[in-house]
Amino acid sequence: MELATKDLLRLATIGSVDDGKSTLIGRLLVDTRQLFDDQLDAVVAASEKRGIGDLDLSFVTDGLRAEREQGITIDVAYRYATTPTRKFIIADCPGHVQYTRNMATGASTADLALAVLDVTSGLKEQTRRHLCIAALLGVRSIVVAVNKMDTAAWSQVAFQRVVDQIETLSRELGFTSMVVIPVSALLGDNVVTSSMNTPWYDGPTVLDALEASEAGSWEVAQGARLPIQWVLRQPGGGRTYAGMVSGEAFRVGDKVTLLPANVETTIRAINFGGESRLEAVVGLAADLDLSDETDAGRGDLIASAPLPTVTRELEATICWFGERPLSVGGQRLRLKHTTKSTPVRVQAITGVIDIASLSVNDAASLATNEIGLATLLTADALVVDDYREDRVTGSFVLIDEVTNATVAAGMVGHASFL
Amino acid sequence: MTTTLPTPHATDHLDVLESHALFILREVVAECERPVLLFSGGKDSAVLLHLAAKAFAPQQLPFPVLHIDTGQNFAEVLDFRDRAVEAAGARLVVASVQDTIDQGKVADPGHLGSRNRLQSVTLLEAITTNSFDAAFGGARRDEDKARAKERVLSFRDAFGQWDPRQQRPELWQLYQGKVNPGEHVRAFPLSDWTELDVWQYIGREKMDLPSIYFAHQRDVVLRDGMWLAVGEFVEPRPGEDVVNKMVRFRTVGDANCTGAVVSFADTIETIIEEVAIANVSERGATRGDDKFSETAMEDRKREGYF
Repeated sequence: MELATKDLLRLATIGSVDDGKSTLIGRLLVDTRQLFDDQLDAVVAASEKRGIGDLDLSFVTDGLRAEREQGITIDVAYRYATTPTRKFIIADCPGHVQYTRNMATGASTADLALAVLDVTSGLKEQTRRHLCIAALLGVRSIVVAVNKMDTAAWSQVAFQRVVDQIETLSRELGFTSMVVIPVSALLGDNVVTSSMNTPWYDGPTVLDALEASEAGSWEVAQGARLPIQWVLRQPGGGRTYAGMVSGEAFRVGDKVTLLPANVETTIRAINFGGESRLEAVVGLAADLDLSDETDAGRGDLIASAPLPTVTRELEATICWFGERPLSVGGQRLRLKHTTKSTPVRVQAITGVIDIASLSVNDAASLATNEIGLATLLTADALVVDDYREDRVTGSFVLIDEVTNATVAAGMVGHASFL
Repeated sequence: MTTTLPTPHATDHLDVLESHALFILREVVAECERPVLLFSGGKDSAVLLHLAAKAFAPQQLPFPVLHIDTGQNFAEVLDFRDRAVEAAGARLVVASVQDTIDQGKVADPGHLGSRNRLQSVTLLEAITTNSFDAAFGGARRDEDKARAKERVLSFRDAFGQWDPRQQRPELWQLYQGKVNPGEHVRAFPLSDWTELDVWQYIGREKMDLPSIYFAHQRDVVLRDGMWLAVGEFVEPRPGEDVVNKMVRFRTVGDANCTGAVVSFADTIETIIEEVAIANVSERGATRGDDKFSETAMEDRKREGYF
């Protein structure tokens, strides 16, 4: 049997604690028969052991001892599903505000966000926070499951109330594609099969919406980029530069510039895994051979026009995860951007985002899980694009110099809704 | 410039997974001082070694390969280990569970007893002795519910422990493996691969594997619902009938806790067909070591297991 290869969609669940994210993913996996018999048996056994009926679907993804004891999701669970048309990598993210760092971890690589809301409580602050983070991270497509419809007597009025709230917010945040679906994750209505309980709804099920959504990147391509990870010595004395391509493709013969040195050259050859290629597409871990002798190494960047910016000063959007607040003159930090690490200083905190109004307020520091704007000064020059143009060259993390903990996610530039 | 043309992307799922794995391998080697690749001789570590060779071609592998030898291996797997390591031009380091037992660091479970948990002690000793600060493993998130929770770069404290409540945020592909002396990271380039992806990739790359992955005749006994291969480490107990069956192994672990599955799949193509329609998970079908408790894998991972 020759199995065809398929396209890959990465999705992340977002929304507040107890609105049913894990249960929805459990339902989706069970109803599309992605679970093996022994995995399903184990979920049934774990449910019975805790006296919570015959099947707690959230146990499909909440696999840690502490998660099952507390009935919450602490960290992202990755699950995999295959349908006749595509492969899915599902990041089931935690809803608690204290685990926002883990939600951002799951959402940072997502093509699509699956937002889950409880119809009886509507749009909570934590749901707004997650939608805001997803929008900042560049997610453009959302599927919204308005959950627990069974507890609201399948009321179209109740559903429409949530739809109105989410549509307003979605417009402000700039999502370009949104589908809102009335579901009961617990009972399976409109998850994989259409519900008899919602005759007033004739839209897609959650599975239909996920299969129909567009996979792939959302960036506005602004030239080809290859941050150099590693220099490979070739037999005969030459060197090639290995890294992953972003932005646009490179082709043999392309004029490129090595940055930050600003040396112009051309691509003489492209290799992948020791074999030569004519083209290096986006996402390929290729190595490039350049026509001129250059002194390039890890942390440098090969780019085609339009060229990125070389700078030591960044205007950035910061999601702060550190325990102590981020402030000017605070803890010693290092910044990792593409393949380059450099000491960094906070020059100014220029604002904090008010999640409720999406306005930017004055602030002198950012507390744990706050999102704000800051000016950073790095010791070494960075080669950056705006995050909305290139997710790779526009993103960075901040690292505590002492503990080596990752304490912030950063994006170059500001989202348009701010 | 070609701005008017649509941007070609790597969209074939095997290409995406492969490039991501090469990127992780290079990133860890660049960020860490002394990486090592954990190699069991199973299909996942075989794929990992294959990817590592690709990531650094035409250079030699910039790190050694570490085998934790429990002394309870399938002979075919040891043969493959030596073959694969030589083909990759890698340096092999073997750390032996028997040595750990002989030094009195752990109790001897006896000739037929399980050495599964003892491996963690030998592994952590080998990491400390060699000052390794990063260890590549072939673990996949689809294998187990605790593994499903783990980061691509997973931090281990000075005692080798994994703390699932305090994992580092892992944003985008900005993997960060900086550790203080005595600590290390485990790196899992195959995190997002499924069992089926692994087999499709083995087929595409025409890779060599231990012969026990393919259907063959073998004397087996049925124990705890699993077919165990009769041999040096499994002796039939009273009441157990030895039968000769056509079997293959879906995973490779110690000979006394890895069950065979009844199968006629003797080529990669027929194995892919079998895996695609399987209704029992690979570890559920074949691994006695996961059946101790509800969170057997989480508990062992906390102690420093693979």
